[in-house]
Amino acid sequence: MKDTAASTVPGPSSRTWDAVVVGAGHNGLVAASYLARSGLDVLVVEKNEWIGGAAVSRELHPGVTYSNCSYVFSLFRPEIMRDLDLPAHGLQVLPYESGAVFKRDGGYVAMYRDHEATRREFARHSPRDAESYDRYSRDIMRYCRFIRPLLMRTPPDPASFKLRDMSEMAYLARHFLALGSEDAAEMVRFWTMSISDFLDEYFENEAIKSYLAVSSIIGTALGPMSPGTAYVLLHHYMGDVDGNIGAWGYARGGMGAVTKALASSFLAAGGTIRENAPVARIKVREGRAEGVVLEDGEEIRARRVISSMDVKRTFLGCMDPSDVPAPFLEKVRNFKSRGSSGKLNIALDGVPEFTALPEGSPCIQGDLHFTDTLERMERAYDEWKIGRWSSDPFQDTMIPTLTDPTMAPPGQHFMSCFVQYCPPRLEGGREWTENDRDAFGKAVLDQIEDYAPGFKNRVLHVEVRTPRELEAEVGLTDGNIFQGELTFDQLLFNRPVPGYAQYRGPVDELWMCGSSTHPGGGVMGAPGRNAAAEILRGMKAGTTKKTEMRDAYPVI
Amino acid sequence: MTDQRHHFRQPLQRSPFHPRIEAANVLNAWAPWAGYTTALNFGDVAMEHSAIRSTASVYDVSPMIKYAIEGPDAVAYLDRLTLRRVAGMPVGGVQYTAWCNDAGHVLDDGTLFRFDETRFRLCCQERHLPWLLDSAIGFDVTIRDVTEEVAGLSLQGPTSFAVLKAAGAAELADLKPFRMAEVRLGPVGPVTVSRTGFTADLGYELWVAPERALDLWDHLMISGRLHGIRPVGTEALNIARIEAGFITANADFVCAEHALRPDRARQPDEIGLDWMVDLDKGPFNGRAAIRAARRDRTLKWALVGLDIEGNISAEGSIVYLGGRKEVGQITAAVWSPTTKRNIALAQLLRPWHRDAGDKLRVEIYALRELQYHKLMLPARVVKRPFFNPPRRRATPPAMF
Amino acid sequence: MPTPSFDTIIIGAGLNGLACAGRLAQGGAKVLVLEAADQPGGGALTAEFAPGYRVDRLAHLVTHLDGRMLSALKPEAHGLNWAVKSMPTTVLSAEGRHLTLTGAYGASAPGLDPREARRWADLRARLLRHAEVLRPLREITPPLPGKGGAKGNVVALGKAGLALRRLGREEMQEFLRMILINVHDVTEESLTDDRLRGLLAFDATLGAFLGPRSPNSLFLLWHRLSGDAGHIRWPSGGMGALAAAVTRAVEATGAEIRCKARVERLLTDGDRITGVRLEGGEEITVSRVISTINPRTTLLDLLGAREIDTGLVRRVSNIRMRGTTAKLHLALREAPEFLGADLRHRLVIAPSSEAVELAFNAVKYGEFSAEPVMEIMSPSAHEAGFAPEGHHVLSIVAQYVPFVRRGGWDAGARDGLKAAIMARLEAHAPGIGALVTASELLATPDIADRHGLVGGSWHQGDLAVEQMLFMRPAIGIARYATPVPGLWLAGAGSHPGGGISGAAGWNAANEILGAA
Repeated sequence: MKDTAASTVPGPSSRTWDAVVVGAGHNGLVAASYLARSGLDVLVVEKNEWIGGAAVSRELHPGVTYSNCSYVFSLFRPEIMRDLDLPAHGLQVLPYESGAVFKRDGGYVAMYRDHEATRREFARHSPRDAESYDRYSRDIMRYCRFIRPLLMRTPPDPASFKLRDMSEMAYLARHFLALGSEDAAEMVRFWTMSISDFLDEYFENEAIKSYLAVSSIIGTALGPMSPGTAYVLLHHYMGDVDGNIGAWGYARGGMGAVTKALASSFLAAGGTIRENAPVARIKVREGRAEGVVLEDGEEIRARRVISSMDVKRTFLGCMDPSDVPAPFLEKVRNFKSRGSSGKLNIALDGVPEFTALPEGSPCIQGDLHFTDTLERMERAYDEWKIGRWSSDPFQDTMIPTLTDPTMAPPGQHFMSCFVQYCPPRLEGGREWTENDRDAFGKAVLDQIEDYAPGFKNRVLHVEVRTPRELEAEVGLTDGNIFQGELTFDQLLFNRPVPGYAQYRGPVDELWMCGSSTHPGGGVMGAPGRNAAAEILRGMKAGTTKKTEMRDAYPVI
Repeated sequence: MTDQRHHFRQPLQRSPFHPRIEAANVLNAWAPWAGYTTALNFGDVAMEHSAIRSTASVYDVSPMIKYAIEGPDAVAYLDRLTLRRVAGMPVGGVQYTAWCNDAGHVLDDGTLFRFDETRFRLCCQERHLPWLLDSAIGFDVTIRDVTEEVAGLSLQGPTSFAVLKAAGAAELADLKPFRMAEVRLGPVGPVTVSRTGFTADLGYELWVAPERALDLWDHLMISGRLHGIRPVGTEALNIARIEAGFITANADFVCAEHALRPDRARQPDEIGLDWMVDLDKGPFNGRAAIRAARRDRTLKWALVGLDIEGNISAEGSIVYLGGRKEVGQITAAVWSPTTKRNIALAQLLRPWHRDAGDKLRVEIYALRELQYHKLMLPARVVKRPFFNPPRRRATPPAMF
Repeated sequence: MPTPSFDTIIIGAGLNGLACAGRLAQGGAKVLVLEAADQPGGGALTAEFAPGYRVDRLAHLVTHLDGRMLSALKPEAHGLNWAVKSMPTTVLSAEGRHLTLTGAYGASAPGLDPREARRWADLRARLLRHAEVLRPLREITPPLPGKGGAKGNVVALGKAGLALRRLGREEMQEFLRMILINVHDVTEESLTDDRLRGLLAFDATLGAFLGPRSPNSLFLLWHRLSGDAGHIRWPSGGMGALAAAVTRAVEATGAEIRCKARVERLLTDGDRITGVRLEGGEEITVSRVISTINPRTTLLDLLGAREIDTGLVRRVSNIRMRGTTAKLHLALREAPEFLGADLRHRLVIAPSSEAVELAFNAVKYGEFSAEPVMEIMSPSAHEAGFAPEGHHVLSIVAQYVPFVRRGGWDAGARDGLKAAIMARLEAHAPGIGALVTASELLATPDIADRHGLVGGSWHQGDLAVEQMLFMRPAIGIARYATPVPGLWLAGAGSHPGGGISGAAGWNAANEILGAA
C-alpha cells in the first residue's frame, strides 16, 4: 500500500547522511523532523512498505481504514505538534464521547463528558461513589501535574557525579519537595500501590472500580491487583486534548494520520524516507556507529544512527554482539517487554446494538468494556501468567467512525477492540499458530456478541492481531505496545536500562529514540523529541539552522 | 423521566420550582448551579436587587445540598465535625457554621438546622457525602442526602414578613434570626420557615416537600402582590450577598477537598471565620492544626472587605501594596447600589489585612469600547458587612 | 489495688512492648507494661497444642532480632541461649533432589551446579549489599519527605546515603532499578534452578499479600535480609524462652509487667491522654501511653474515632491488614522422613517461583491455595522438651490462606485447608500422614481471634512498600507520635514492622526520650 506522501527516492549510495533513523514510527519521525529542521541531512529507513510503526492506518477492507495498532490519541505532546507544525500537515484531533462498562446483569455504568451526567450516572450505582469521584479525580490530577513537566526532560543518572546529572537530580528533588511533606508521602504511596487497593479507598461499587481501573492495566503485564498499576493509570491520564487533561480523542483519519502529518512535516523540512528498507545490521567501526546495512546488503553511511526500534530489537537483533559491551547486552536481555495484549480490527456494515444502552445513548461513541469486576480483570491476567489468552478477556473497544467520517463509507464502520490478556507465547513457550489466533479472535467476538446480539452478522472483515503479529509487522519485541513494560524498574532513569537513560547508546553516535526510552510509550512523541534534543546538544560543530524546540508548557 | 439511565438527555436537574421560574425567565438566562438549571436573572438585575432591598424577593435555593444527620450521637458527631459548639444549640435553632479537614483547611461552610434532640439538617454548596460518612465512623448516626426531598425558597427583603403575614403566618412575628418554626400556609400545608438568608436584610427561608413547591410559589406570589414581591436570580442575589459581606465556596475560597493546588486551601482564620472556632469544646476536625497555626503564626492569608475609590467594579483584580508589591486578590466585587460604594471582598497576605494603612492599590482593567483602561485605585480595609440595617434583626419585624 | 506511680504505660508485652519498656526504664521512666494474655511475649510464644507436644505457636524462627536491644538489655544474661545460630534451609523436592543452603542466606549451596552456584553467589552478594543500604533505616524514626523531614535522623540518613554511594556507580544503579522490582523477574534474570527461585520467591512473599510476580516484592526480601544478614536463629526452649529471658531482662531495668490486664479504653480529657481503663473497670492515671498493639485497634477502638480527625480515621481504616498465613502444628509418633532431608533445617516447600505465584492467585479471590507453599520447622529435632521421647512436632507456616474466605470459614473449610497442606507434606514426606497423632490448625482468622492480629496480619498491617517507612502504619503517624499528646505507637504496625525484632519499640522509645 502506498498511501503516504513520503518520497521514496533513495539517496545515492555514496552519500553520507548526517543521520539515519531506523523506523518510521512516530518517535522516529519526531526525532528525524527535529534534526532535519536543524539543517541535518536525515534519512529514515522503514522495513515495511508503509510508514507509521504502531501509529498506522491501513485499509484492509475496501473503503474502511483501520487504526491497526494504537487507536486513541491523548499523550502526544502538544509542544511537539506546535514545533513541527503538525496541524498544518494535516493532523486534526477529535475529542470523543463518553463510554461504558457493561455489566453481566444487563446494566451498565457510563461516563459522560458532562460532569453532572457522570455524577448522576455513578449515583445510580452508589451515591457515595458519585461524590467520591471528585476527590479521586482531584488526587489523580495532582499526580499528573507532578509528572507532566518530567516528560520532556532527559532523566539524570543518579549515580553520576556530572554537574548536569547532579543539577537535574537537584531539580527532581526540589520538584518533589515542593509538594510538601504529606502530599509527597501520599504520592509515593500512590506510586507503589495497586490500582485495586487505591480504588478501594474511594469507591465501593465494583463496576465503577472496574471502569476506572481500565487505564491502569492497558498495555501492561500486570493485573489490577499488582502494585505499581496506579502509576500506569497516571501514564494514561497525563495527556490531554487541548488542555483538557486526562481526555482522550481520535486522530482524524485514524492513528496513521499522526505519522502521515509527521512524515509530511519531515519531508517539508528536507528529509528523506525510504520504505521497504529493512535494516539487517547497524554498522559500527572502532566504537562508533557509521551507518546501517539493509537486508539486501545495501550499505547506508551516516554520521549517526538513531534507532526508534525497541532496545531488544536494536541491540540483540540488529547489532554484532562484539560491537556492544557485554554488561550492556546483559541488561538489555533483562529488559522486560512481554506483550500482554492483542487486537481485533473489525469492519462492520452497521452499528452494533448493545441491548443495555438506552436509545440515543452517546456511550456507543466512546470506549466500551465488558469486564464489570476487578476480579474478572485479575483472573484474565492470571491466565496470561501461565501462557494462555484470557478466556473472559478484558476489552477496550470503540467505534471511531461514529466520530470520524473519513474512515469508512457512510453506514459502514471500523471497530477497534483492544484485548487483554494475550501472551507473546503460549503455555510451555509454544509459538502461536493460526488456529490459536482464530480461537483467540473468536473469544473476543463471542464476548461482544453476548452484549450486542446480531453483532457478528454485521462483521465484514476481521483482522486478529496477537503479540506475534505485532512483532512480525510492527517489530515490537514480544508484542509489547510500549516497547517495554512500564514498571518502576524500567521508568525514568531506569529506562531502558540504568546508565543509558539519556538516549545515548553504548556506542558512539548510536542513539535510541523509541518508546523503550523515557518517558515510554503511548504515542507521546516525547522520546523522539528528547533524543533529538540530546543529539543536537551533543553536536560540537553546531547546526546550520536552529529548530523550534519548546520545553514543556508550564503547569500552573 | 423515571428511567434513571436517561439523565444524559438532560444532565442538569430541574428544581421543583422550575415550571414557574421557566415561565418568569423571559430572557432565558440560565446557569448551572450544583447540578441544577438555575436562573441568572429574570430580565432586570437592578430591579431584582432593588426588590431584595426595598420590597420582597424570592430566590430558589432548592439546589443547595442538604444532608439529614440523625441519631443518638448526632450532637457529638456534629461537634466533632464542625467548628462551632453544637451541644448548646436549641431545638429550632439554626447555625451558620463551617467544617475543616485534618489540616484545619475549610471544606465548606453551611447552615445547620436542629429539628429536635437527635435530628439535624446540614445545608451547603458542595457535596460532602464521603467526608460526612467517614466522619461518622465511631458514632451512632445516619447521614442521608435529602437534596431532592426538600425544596427551598428564600424570601428576602423588608416586606418579607408582610408577605408571610398575608400568606397566613402572622405567628412568625416572634421568630428571631437563626430560629425556625413550622407553620401551615393556607393551600400549601406545613412549611418549615427559618429566619435566615444570604442578604443581610430581613428575610426567611421556606422549606417544603417538593410536591408542595409550586403551591408555595403561587401562594407567596399572590400574598406578596401588594408587597412588591418578585423572583430574583443569582446575579441580583450576588450583589446583595457581597453587600452583606458573606463568602461563598468556590468564589471566595476553594473547598479543601477539591483544591487541585494545595496552596489554595485556607484555614477558617484565613477566610474570616475565626470567630466560629471553638477550641474549648473538645476534639473536632482540624482543631490541632488550627491551634498550631495560631500558635506558630503560620497563617498566611486574611479575608477582608475593601472600600475602593471610584465606581469601577474590581472583579478579579490584584491588590498591591504601594503600587508594587502584590499582596492579594479580589475574590468578589461590585458597585453597591445600596451603600453607594465600590466594595469588594479580598484575600490579603498577612499582615497587610491590618497594617496596610492607606497603601493598598487595586489594579483594575476596565474594558470600554474594545480598549482596556488600566486603573490603580486606592482601597482601604473596612469592616464587613458593608450593609447591615437594623430591620435585619428587629423582632417582631417591621411590616416594610 | 493502690496504683503505684508510673509515668508510662505500655500496652502489650510482645517484643516491641518489652524493648520499649526496657529502653525507657533505662532512660529513667517509670514504666508499667500491661499485657492482656497470661504471659508476656506476644507473637513469641511457645505452647502445648496436644498433651506432651509443644511448638512455637506463631513465629518460629528469628531473622532480625534488634541488636541494640540485645546489647543494652542483655537477655543472654537472663537465660537466653541460642540453640541454633545459623539454621540451614533445605528446599524440598518431591523427587528427593533437595537443595540445602547454609551460612548467611546460602553462603554455601553445595547442591547447585557450578554455573548456577556462581550466579547465585553473585545475586546473593548483591541482595546482601542492597539490604545493607537499608539497614541504617531500621534503627531510626522514619524521615518524612519534605523540608525538615529528616529531623533527628540526619546521621542515619547520611549513613544510608553514603552506603548507597559506596555501592559504586553500577551497583547504585542496580539498587535503584531493583528497589521496586518483583522477585520473580530478578530470579528469572539471574538464576535457572527452580528450587532456588522458588525459595527466593517464597522468602520474599512470606507473610505478605503479594506473589513473586507482584512489583515491589524484592524489597521485602531486602527487608528480611537487612536484619541478621540472612542468618536464621532459634532460641533454646523456643520463642517462649526468648520472651521469658527478655521479660526478665526488662524487669531488671525496673519496669513492671502486669499480665491478664487487658486495656479496654484509653482515657483523655479531650486534649491529651490521662490514663487507661482496664477490662473490669480499673482505671490507671498516667500521662503517657505507648501502644504496641494493632494501630487500628489502638486508635479506633481503644481511643475512639471521635478523638482524632476524620482524615486520620480514613488513613487508619485504609491500612491494609490481609493476613495470608496459616499455621499447622503436627504431633508425630516418630520422625518424619522428608526423602533424606535434615529435619533440623528450615524446610521449605516452594517448588518454583511459578508455583508460589500460582498459590498466590487463590488468596486474591478469598480462597486458599490448592497447593500451598510452606516453611516447616521442627523444634523437637533440636531439643528435648517439645515432644515425648522419640516423638516429634512440626511447626508449619503455610500460605496463601485468606482471612476472609469466600463462603466463610466453617469446619469443612478448615478440613479442606488441612487436607491441602497435608497433601503437600505427603508428597514430600510419604507416609507422614500416618504418623500424625494430633494436630492443631490455626487458619488466618484463628490467628486473628486468638492473638488480636487484625485481619490475621502478623505484622499489624501488611508488609508492603506502600506501607513502609513514612507510610507505616499510615501517613501522619509514622513517627511513633500520634495527634493525641501522650499517645504513642510502637508496635509491629509501625516502622520497621514486625517479626521477632523489638526494633519498632526501641525506635519509639528513642523518639520519646528525644521528645521529652
